Order: sequence, then structure tokens, then C-alpha cells
Amino acid sequence: MTDVVLQTDALVKRFGGIVATDRVSLRVERGARHALIGPNGAGKTTLIHQIAGMLAPTSGRVLLGGRDITTLAPERRVALGLVRTFQINQLFGSLTPLQSLALAVGSRVGAAWRWWQPLGRDSGVAAESELLLQQFRLLDLAERPTRELPYGKRRLLEIGLAVAMKPSVLLLDEPAAGVPGAERQDILDTVAALPADVSVLLIEHDMDLVFNFARHITVMVNGSVLTEGTPAAIAADPRVRAVYLGDDHPGAPMAGVARG
Amino acid sequence: MSAPGRPKRELPLGGTTRSVQGGQLTAPRQLATAARWRAWEFVAWLAIWAAPLLFAQHAALINEIAILALFALSLDLILGYAGIVSLGHAAYFGAGAYGAALFAKHVMPDPLVGLAVGTAAGALLGAVTSPMIVRGTDLTRLMVTMGVALVLLELANKFDDITGGIDGLQGVVIGPLLGRFEFDLGARVASFYSLAVLFVVFVLLRRIVHSPLGVSMRALRDNRLRLQSIGLSVQARLAVVYTVGAALAGAAGALLTQTTGFVSLDVLEFHRSADVLLALVIGGTGWLWGGPIGAIAFKVMHDLLSAITTQYWTFWIGLFLVVLMLVGRERLLRPWTWWRQGSVR
Repeated sequence: MTDVVLQTDALVKRFGGIVATDRVSLRVERGARHALIGPNGAGKTTLIHQIAGMLAPTSGRVLLGGRDITTLAPERRVALGLVRTFQINQLFGSLTPLQSLALAVGSRVGAAWRWWQPLGRDSGVAAESELLLQQFRLLDLAERPTRELPYGKRRLLEIGLAVAMKPSVLLLDEPAAGVPGAERQDILDTVAALPADVSVLLIEHDMDLVFNFARHITVMVNGSVLTEGTPAAIAADPRVRAVYLGDDHPGAPMAGVARG
Repeated sequence: MSAPGRPKRELPLGGTTRSVQGGQLTAPRQLATAARWRAWEFVAWLAIWAAPLLFAQHAALINEIAILALFALSLDLILGYAGIVSLGHAAYFGAGAYGAALFAKHVMPDPLVGLAVGTAAGALLGAVTSPMIVRGTDLTRLMVTMGVALVLLELANKFDDITGGIDGLQGVVIGPLLGRFEFDLGARVASFYSLAVLFVVFVLLRRIVHSPLGVSMRALRDNRLRLQSIGLSVQARLAVVYTVGAALAGAAGALLTQTTGFVSLDVLEFHRSADVLLALVIGGTGWLWGGPIGAIAFKVMHDLLSAITTQYWTFWIGLFLVVLMLVGRERLLRPWTWWRQGSVR
């Protein structure tokens, strides 16, 4: 279980004079439950954007299963099994959850160019979409336009659309962000129940979720990796505590940086 | 921070092919409802088919409406479905019109083969120009589409030994439809021919818009980032739909050439791009009836207003457009709501 499925190699992203990610090298192992934490502005989302291909790195490489995908278009990476969710829902507002999922499943099985038959005529696609609706607790809302769904349900659909692609590597960008109480549990359950062979890289501020989920944690501060290790080691690390508790003590190693 | 732990529950999520209880799927039925023909659509088509029989003396107008409807339908595909704003759709109309005319003049006069050639000419030009149009913002597209049409117009003007230039192409003779029905002066055959092509295209497009390809176009308008994230290329999809729209515009152009037996620079003029946009906006974008309804409204208004005041048609259509856009189609079509207090104060 030590083969690396996703790797970044000294990724640098500069926006003008600002270095958003500074030589970030990350290794995600097969079947990983890997969390990426750090204060706001640490460069976590910028890193995900580069891994998924929405942003081109200034320098460095991204490797998926040993293959260099640094210059590959986002949709090509998805076809290779690298799938992400977004911190802010990116959904098809006018489509129903069922249509959205059918489109995603259809894309995966190569049915998305079909123009001669209605969406869902393919019984395999329809069956799988329905299964996903059930898994993500969207059956009742299957025929409502997505924009009318409650926020928590839209959040579930966001994850459902990623799972529909049967990813080998799944990047979850703050899946529980902004989700109120009852629906939050749904998110936690679905995240906890992701198939074991999927390698998951999770960005999250919710420490309950992080420490319940992750077997490995990387801490980013100011665009670079501060430290990484097991949850126990991270929890015990005084530098991490300093970052999160905002220790202003002049002698503290990360004093002031956290807010940067 | 809490102590590290492992997920306790393992729900059977993702991947595993557990069937939904009892094997009764509702998803196929739910997905199919959107694609089903509505009763009023059958009625509407019956009425459309009856029109050339009931108003035989207006067959020429019906023919023009059918051609404009087809042209507007092709624009709807790229504007209403793909979200590409175009002010140069006449380029493809003109390509089809000249393609069909030159084919009839130099190769063979059969109208159906000529229609295929005109469609292919539109598609070819669409495919060649689409890389310029799929990227960029709305303003870029507006200008690029307009530019393409202007360039084409000037080329057609310049190479007048081929196109006949401003005088129009002489000697275009169209053979009888299916070898039997001659295009007559009363435009009876022409109107049925154009309506038949419109009908076939409508049925075809109706299939397309509810297919995975068609739904993905709506998805593309909603959220490009998500479309990429389910593994679909935005640009490839835009290019394909743009090309299909161009092909259908080419078909409309070919119909005009064949049913009038004439083609001139007029098919490439800017007003043609503007008129079709107008007609489509009147009928409503993003639904397949928008083109036909808009074409009927536009042409009938044109005919009536021209009969009353020959010169001021433009004035009235302009005024109508302003009112339509400001008041909104929904409200304009429901006069009883005009003096009611709106929901927005």
C-alpha cells in the first residue's frame, strides 16, 4: 500500500509578486485518506486547482499514476480518474439532479456524444444514476431543478457528481463548508463511506471531519508545506497549534505567519 | 482537536452494482418525460401543414416564413442552446444559398441533392470558422461572427465572375422536386418543400436537444467548470453545435435559392443576420418553437405593416422590439396582467 497515485513535484504558482504555492511536493498513496489543512490563504485551493488543471503552475509537475499530466486539460484528467469537487458548488442549475447525474455517468461510459436517443434511454446509465440519487439522498428531489434544492442537498449533489465519475483519485474541497446541522451528517456519512480503493485528498476546516477521516495530514502555511504526518503527530505538533491558535508570542516559530 | 479515529460506518457507496430495490427503476421514466411531445405540438404542426392549403394565395409568404423559421431554428441552436451570440449568421445562410445555386448551375439541377450541397457548404464554413468563435467573450464573438459575414459578403462581391456579384447569379435552373413536382410561380410546391424540410429539421433537433449531447449544451450554459469536471470538453461541444447550426443555416439558404430560383449578395447582407436574430428573439430563445413562432410573427407583422405603411415598417418593428424587451414576452402576451400590481413593487 505504498504506491503513490498522485504526486506534485515542487509546484510553484505565482500571481504577480505573490507566491500562492511555493515548491509544494505532495504524495497521495493508493487508497489514501489524506487531509490538507491550513489557515485561509495558505494556498490549498490554488494547489487543488493546479492538480485538477484549472490553473497552470508557474513551475513544477503533477504526476498521476506516474504519468506527467501537468499540461493536460481538466476534462482529460477526469477521464484518467482524477476528479474534484468545488469549495463553492458548481452545478447545472437548470438541470435536475437526475439529469446532472445521468450526464456525468453518461460521460464516463462514453455516451455523452449521443444525439439520436434521449438522455437516460441507456438503461445502464439510468440505473446507475438512480442508484447515485439513492446513495446521496436525492431521490425525493430528483426532478426538481438543481437551483431550487436546499444548500445541503446541492452540496451532496456536488459530491455525487464527482463519485459518478468513479474516480481513482478524488479531491474534495471543503465538502462540509456551510452545511447546516442535519444535512452535515449526510455529508460526513457519504464522505466516510467512499469506496476504500479511492484515494481521497480532502481540504477541510472542520477539524472533527478531518480527524475522523484522515489517516495522513499535510499542513500548509503561506503557500508551502509546514509539516505532514499521522493525525496524532499533527495534533501534537506545537507549530501546527501555533498556526491555528494564532500564537502571537514572538518566540513562537510560526508567529504572525498564520494571518499572512 | 479531537483524537484521530477511523470512519466507523461503511455504506455500500459508489462502484458496487447493487440494484435498486425490486428492480423498478423510475429514473428512465423521469428522464423521458422531458423529451415527450406535447399535445399542442401535434396540433401546431397540423395547423402549419394546413396553412398552404387554406391560404393557397399566400404560398409565397408561407415559403418565406418556413425558410426564416428554419434559419431562426439554426440560430437558436447556437444562441439559445450553446449561448453563442451571433450577428453574422447570414454567412452560413449565404454559403448554403450560393452553394446550392452554383451546384444547380454547374453540376445538376436536382433540388434534394442541391439542398444537401448547401447544407454541407454551411457546415464546412461553420467547421472552419468555429475555432475562432468557441473561444472568447460575448463581445468577441459578436464581432468575429459579424466580421466573418462581412468578409464573405465582400468576397462574393469581389468574385462576381463566380457569384454574379450585385446583379445576382444568372442561369440558376432548379429541377422538379423528386423528379415530378415543378417549382411553380404560385409557390405551392415551394411552400410544401420548405415546410417539409423545416419539419424534418424540427423533429431532428427535438431529438438532439433531449439527448445527452443536447442536455450537455444546457449544462454548458449553466456551468462550464462543472462540465469540464465531469470529463467533457467545453470547446469541442461548442464547435460541434456551432457547426450543426451553420449547416442548418446553409440548408435554409439553399431553400431560398431553390424556391426563388435566384441568389444575390442580399443573402449575405447584414440585415439578414439582424432579421433572423430579431425573429428568434420575438419567438423566444432556448426552446425549439421560438424560431417558428418568431418567424411567423416577424413575417406576418412585416406583411401587414408594409401593406398599411410601406415605408415605416422599420419604425414599427423597432418600437415593437423595444416594448417587447422592456415589458417582457410573458407580460406582453398576457394583457390582463398589464394593469395589475406586479409582484415586484
